[in-house]
Amino acid sequence: MSRKKRVIPGFSLTLGITMSYVGFFVMLPMISMALQTANLSFKEIIDSATDARVLSSYKVSFGCSFLAALINSVFGTMLAWVIVRYRFLGRSLIDGLIELPFALPTAVAGIALTFLTTNKGWIGQPLSRLGVSIAYTKLGIIVALVFITLPFVVRSIQPILEDLSPDYEEAGRTLGAGSFTIFWKIIFPEIKPALLTGFALAFARGLGEYGSVIFIAGNKPFQTEIAPLMIVTRLEEFLYGQATAVALFMLLASFIIMFIVNRVQIRVARLVGD
Amino acid sequence: MAIFNFQKASLSPAPFARGYREENPLIRRILIALSLIFTLLILVMPLLVVISQAFGTGWDNFWKAVTNIFTLKALYLSLITTFSAVTANTVFGLAAAWALSRYNFKGQGFLITMIDLPFAISPIIAGLIFILTYGRLGWMNSFLQEHQIKIVFATPGLIMATIFVTIPFVARELIPVLVARGSDEEQAAVLMGAGFLTIFWRVTLPHIKWALIYSVILCAARAMGEFGAVSVVSGHLRGKTNTLPLHIEILYNEHHYNDAFAVSAILVITSVVILTARSVVEHISKREERSNVR
Repeated sequence: MSRKKRVIPGFSLTLGITMSYVGFFVMLPMISMALQTANLSFKEIIDSATDARVLSSYKVSFGCSFLAALINSVFGTMLAWVIVRYRFLGRSLIDGLIELPFALPTAVAGIALTFLTTNKGWIGQPLSRLGVSIAYTKLGIIVALVFITLPFVVRSIQPILEDLSPDYEEAGRTLGAGSFTIFWKIIFPEIKPALLTGFALAFARGLGEYGSVIFIAGNKPFQTEIAPLMIVTRLEEFLYGQATAVALFMLLASFIIMFIVNRVQIRVARLVGD
Repeated sequence: MAIFNFQKASLSPAPFARGYREENPLIRRILIALSLIFTLLILVMPLLVVISQAFGTGWDNFWKAVTNIFTLKALYLSLITTFSAVTANTVFGLAAAWALSRYNFKGQGFLITMIDLPFAISPIIAGLIFILTYGRLGWMNSFLQEHQIKIVFATPGLIMATIFVTIPFVARELIPVLVARGSDEEQAAVLMGAGFLTIFWRVTLPHIKWALIYSVILCAARAMGEFGAVSVVSGHLRGKTNTLPLHIEILYNEHHYNDAFAVSAILVITSVVILTARSVVEHISKREERSNVR
């Protein structure tokens, strides 16, 4: 970045556009929400945000998002590795499809995954004979979230792996290290920060995801109801205060995750800078 | 993807693809097989199920579902919403990237956090905050009623919610590109007496062209498919505030499964086209980068 200030014209124009845009579309609505919250008493907020049904929805949301992010950490790392390091038939297909969950509308993903995993679906039918049901259970929520959040982990790790010189691994191999030792001692430490970022992004996105989950979850109160759905339910009952209280709690969770991601990224930037 | 980095590839004598013969071939085969199975189950099967259900009862039924008046209205609304949101966010993204990468000022970090915010919060909450601002209980309600401006449960609300959800796409893609380039060329242009528009058009834009196209494509994909935020502010008025994804939800919940999948097929085809366009853009930009290095 230029140290000489404002040599380049356009400062007031571009900053003006940026500030008014952010002010109008982001800050104004956020401030309105804060004003609405101020109308509620502290007890009201706590009561609405810790209602038994709401509490169980947090449990479902946090649990399923966490597991989905964990599953994607494993498979996402594997996919990134395979895409970067191997040349094989179908590689470009995998690489091209990784971002499908970003490009495909979540509602379409939701109904497609539901149809696949019901007891009559292509995947659900063979599994139901084994006594496993996916659609309309927590397992279904996890499947939907794995689909939605897959790109985060892969795309976080991929650039790191691309830049990682194979020399270290070769040195390790020459010294007689096995594949697993090489992975744990040489590759894993390099990708760990990116993996953490990818995990956190996937987790945060999973917490907020709505479109794909509501179709596959079945939405049974106390069992497969997610927190965003609780906000929608309260809104539909015209209980705006209660909806806002639940939203506040979710916002707090997202901010904490975002804060952690920023910390990790700053640390990584510093490491790279050194 | 992996071999794009020409500078690196030219420096290291052993390209990635060759240096790995020594690795255990069994592990390599297992990893490739697992990746293919995982991709097939998680990414390919959902696409196939949409297509097979959409055309499962024949072409005529598919065509009837797609040309249904409510589908066409939803498609029209989706296109309007997407076009408005993407245009607005592109202009904003260019301005924000310019302001944040070309000058130092107080509050830069705060501004970036504000731009990132929509990525961090649930689309449902995004919808909720617009309801709280412009809805019946919002503090602007009396003003809006007086002037008969409808925002919530109407097209402006849909556009605003979509804008909110997709704000970071263009700005976030362009900022790192501009920061990495530095502003030397722009400063040289200033010394030669070029004005703002000339500098932007002749110096900056050619460098960020591909990143811009790329981010606009992703922004459009997200805007077209947005469900949660739009669902909250739409009020579900069929034929009035239903975008395509919301229309799919209604069809599905009414058990018109084949119709729901027929409409979904439009969006599946769109997203495959988007992914292809994205790959093409990436390919071209990498090739251009390589020839520039030369």
